[in-house]
Amino acid sequence: MKRQAKKPFDESTIPNDMCPIATKHLELKTGDWRAERPMVDRDKCVKCGTCWLYCPTQCIQEKKRWFEANLDICKGCGVCAKECPHHAVNMHEEKEE
Amino acid sequence: MPQTIVCDGNEAAAWGVARARPDMVAVYPITPQSSLAEYISQFVADGIIKADLMDVEGEHSVLSVLQGACLAGARTFTATCGQGLAFMFEPYYRTPPLRLPIVMSIVTRDGISPQSVWGGQQDAMTVREVGWIQMFCENNQEILDTIIMAYKVAENRDVMLPVNVCHDGNYLSYGVEKVEIPDQAEVDKFLGEKNVNWHVALDPERPMAVDPLTGGATGAGPAMFVRYRKGTCKGMQNALKIISDIHAEWEKRFGRSYAPLVEEYRLNGAEFAIVTIGGMTGAAREAVDLARDEGQKVGLIRVKTFRPYPQQAMLAAISKVKAIGVVDRSVSFGWNSGPVFQELLGTLYRLPQRIPAISFIGGLAGADITIDHFREVITTTSKALKGNVPDEPIWINENE
Repeated sequence: MKRQAKKPFDESTIPNDMCPIATKHLELKTGDWRAERPMVDRDKCVKCGTCWLYCPTQCIQEKKRWFEANLDICKGCGVCAKECPHHAVNMHEEKEE
Repeated sequence: MPQTIVCDGNEAAAWGVARARPDMVAVYPITPQSSLAEYISQFVADGIIKADLMDVEGEHSVLSVLQGACLAGARTFTATCGQGLAFMFEPYYRTPPLRLPIVMSIVTRDGISPQSVWGGQQDAMTVREVGWIQMFCENNQEILDTIIMAYKVAENRDVMLPVNVCHDGNYLSYGVEKVEIPDQAEVDKFLGEKNVNWHVALDPERPMAVDPLTGGATGAGPAMFVRYRKGTCKGMQNALKIISDIHAEWEKRFGRSYAPLVEEYRLNGAEFAIVTIGGMTGAAREAVDLARDEGQKVGLIRVKTFRPYPQQAMLAAISKVKAIGVVDRSVSFGWNSGPVFQELLGTLYRLPQRIPAISFIGGLAGADITIDHFREVITTTSKALKGNVPDEPIWINENE
């Protein structure tokens, strides 16, 4: 993947009430909305990237030997569990903390 | 050299666009805007406008395309009306808070149903709360000049809002008048350097998320939302001064003078006034002149800028008279009156004294508001001075 050539846009150069933009991630943790969390069976994952392709929030992260969801972002929609050809992803109910 | 031609309002608008040198135009034809789209297409084909012209499949795409173009740094233009504006509403609603300085003509048309392709201001009035600046023109020269000025207003850093330049369908869109096209070099000097995406940009070299989701009820969500809402409101209020400044600069450079917000015509010595908006004003002026010749102390107040609402300028005008008759070319459903009247009521509250006001509604679906109609408006409003104020609006073309 190509690295970022220049620094991100400097938000401090515009009035902070001008226009809704974001130059950094995780301003909003949509993971808070999740009812079910995707759990990856690391032995079954073959890193085919199917979950990465399907994830509507683009929150799948590549680890050394498997893929998994960034739980700050993942809303728990379950598309990755449904589409995984190796049934390596299972949805587990979130417990009250 | 300025060039003088004879043309209709839609061609005048197209010449205004040409002089503003847009980079991107997207249009979808709809009566009575269609010939404006055709003039622009012709100008692009002839090389008079050196812009990318995109013929898309509908108005929703028109404005979506222009949003992308504007985010990429282009000066943009489109025009629509009526049902086309209705179909455009989703991206239309999003444009002002994104602070995109897009200029769009609304060649005003009455709302359907009943089926109508005729003039009326229902379309522009219906979308008045969305955050676009709205200026209403009286004649073809003003259309051309206002479109150029609109870019300077929209792109001002204290404003950064889209602008609707509205002209009446049928009466201005097809009405032919003498029009002076200003010199290109002079317009270039007037408009200056363009930078429409200094605040928000589609640029892979400096990436940003445009319009990211705010945080809902938790975290910084509501506060962030309020901050941007207030920012857009502030841009609107700033526009009142910027519009005035830019009209003054226009007069200095090009010699043509327009009241930027609210025009006062023969208010000196007037006891009462009629209020107009858009192309109907020509007939109203004649009627006021005739009535003045007969000794009636009537003046005219014309609204040019309806958004932002020119509260102070309107207050200054109405504080000179003792009764008001407002003629609307559209309806505010639920208020049983016209929008210009309805909003004038808010200004009347700021007067130290109470004065009577009457709502007239006319010119719907292409109907003409003639000098004779305005003479009746003047007579009826003069009776309000003696306390004769009807509870209901007066429908001008009801019995024709």
